[in-house]
Amino acid sequence: MDLSLIIMQLLSGIALGAVLVITALGLTIVFGMLGVVNFAHGALFMIGAYAGLYLASLTGSFWWGLLLAPILIGAFGMLIEFVLIRRLYGRSIDDPLLLTFGLSYVLVEGVRIVFGSDGIPFPTPPQLVGVLDLGIGFFPRYRLFVIALVAVVLLVLWLTLEKTRVGLIVRAGARDPTIMQVLGVDIGRVWLAIFGLGVGLAALGGVLAGPMRSVNPEMGSLVLAEAFVVTVIGGLGSIVGAVVAGLMVGISISLVALFAPEMATIVMFALMAVVLLIRPQGLFGVRGRTA
Amino acid sequence: MTHPSSGEALAKPAPGGLGRLLDHRVLLSIAVLAILPWLLPSKALAVNVLIYGVVVMGYNLLFGYTGLLSFGQAAFFGAGAYFTGIAIGRYGVPWFAAVALAVFLSTCLAALIGIISTRTRGIYFSMVTLALAQLVYYVALQASSFTGGENGLRGFTVDRISLFGLQVNFLDPVNKYYVLMAFAALAMWFQSRILNSPFGAVIEAIRENEQRARACGYDVERSKLVVFMLSGAISSLGGCMLALHLSIVPLDILHYQTSGMIVMMVLLGGARSFFGPFVGAASFLILEDVISLWTPHWQIFVGAIFVLFVLFLPKGIWGTLLDTLGIGKARR
Repeated sequence: MDLSLIIMQLLSGIALGAVLVITALGLTIVFGMLGVVNFAHGALFMIGAYAGLYLASLTGSFWWGLLLAPILIGAFGMLIEFVLIRRLYGRSIDDPLLLTFGLSYVLVEGVRIVFGSDGIPFPTPPQLVGVLDLGIGFFPRYRLFVIALVAVVLLVLWLTLEKTRVGLIVRAGARDPTIMQVLGVDIGRVWLAIFGLGVGLAALGGVLAGPMRSVNPEMGSLVLAEAFVVTVIGGLGSIVGAVVAGLMVGISISLVALFAPEMATIVMFALMAVVLLIRPQGLFGVRGRTA
Repeated sequence: MTHPSSGEALAKPAPGGLGRLLDHRVLLSIAVLAILPWLLPSKALAVNVLIYGVVVMGYNLLFGYTGLLSFGQAAFFGAGAYFTGIAIGRYGVPWFAAVALAVFLSTCLAALIGIISTRTRGIYFSMVTLALAQLVYYVALQASSFTGGENGLRGFTVDRISLFGLQVNFLDPVNKYYVLMAFAALAMWFQSRILNSPFGAVIEAIRENEQRARACGYDVERSKLVVFMLSGAISSLGGCMLALHLSIVPLDILHYQTSGMIVMMVLLGGARSFFGPFVGAASFLILEDVISLWTPHWQIFVGAIFVLFVLFLPKGIWGTLLDTLGIGKARR
């Protein structure tokens, strides 16, 4: 096997992993702050892809879809938190999970009613069509763009969380919401924003994945399982974990596909099983909370 | 040594005349199931209530009684069905031996998944069980020479079965119903025995307070693993029933949507109650039947109704009914 082929496949894996990172990040941030596992995350990823497609065709430009879909779906996520999930704080931890699971049924079926059950092709934006010569081989421009954009989003998120006052409040709120309230922070508003951010990231993942996969109502259920595997490997609630595990899963899927294509879908689950046997709390998880 | 658990308290009949009825929950449940085909609009619906009732009952042992919210029960439902179908169709095993073999193999599968997933807690457990069950789904999809892959398992028929030398025409829906009901009755008896045993008290203690159960000296990890296997065994029996009933096994049975459906059913009926799973299976299937008559998009209504149940009726139909009647507070 030729080395440059392996390197190209590695890059493909990073592009695939980048979408997984963005999606799993939304799941993990919401859990870390709110203690809620959003089972509708996959459905919202799928809706994000549809919204991106629809907005792109409405405005005639992919870039508007990429910008507006996460904002719009993020706002929709805030509505979900405000109307439904807020009622469940303080009840059993299973309740938000069950509620969002029921919600995913409603969302997926709603999309089927509006857009039909068949997949719709998501055209690659014209500026990013084709391949780029990297010296050792040709790589799709779009995938390079996805890697770059995810890197920028991660950098902005990290700077916001670590260097700003908002980030300070968010991090403190995750540790001890009661004290934050005593200090005069409206923690309900922080939770609302965090849920919106998580859903917005799911939608962003959906738009980015659009041109790489076909867009259909079922695409969310596969993504949900993938995002779960990534968060479980990385450690639930850990942002670094989501990044490392997302790339790990993407790369292993990609490399295994090269040698044993039929094992490609299975490898991430095997990876998860091995990690759990060694570290039940995940690579960067905090012991006590989950294992 | 006196057990600090609620074992003694649980064994006491609940106060009141109605409460005493719960001492005979297995017989009462069987009686209801015996007349079910004549209460429901179709025999096919009744058979489905029976099958899903058993699957959900097995799941309730895990979710309702032990408090472990698994999202992977479809793996055992599907395993029971696939193993039965493969044993009959490929190896010509007699149907009852195939069922026994299928339940045994499914329990082994539950042990494997349980060893990994019971190492985790809380919401993590839900995510891990879902992921591992998806792994089973993909394995079944890939091993198409055994499972038929995407097309599902076909090519085995159960038309005539022998019962103690008696030939029963399995194509007759009423015969089929009562043969399958015997399985359901067996599963109910088994589950009731588990719940009444000291082990049953231990798993409820784990649900109420895991730390305390551990402090009391119970081996929490091993109990979780054992209950995971027992739950898988009972649910897989439902899968065997489905294979006998349909003579095919669709791949969808292993999909996580099926796990979700099992979770929905247990919540609609009422987790923590003995008969709730059958009520839940019946209400879900009737709901599906009725709504799909006037729209193909029945799932949007089922999802919305489920959300309303989580918000306003978390004890489900049967659980809320028992509460309203004031019975079964101590024992369900």
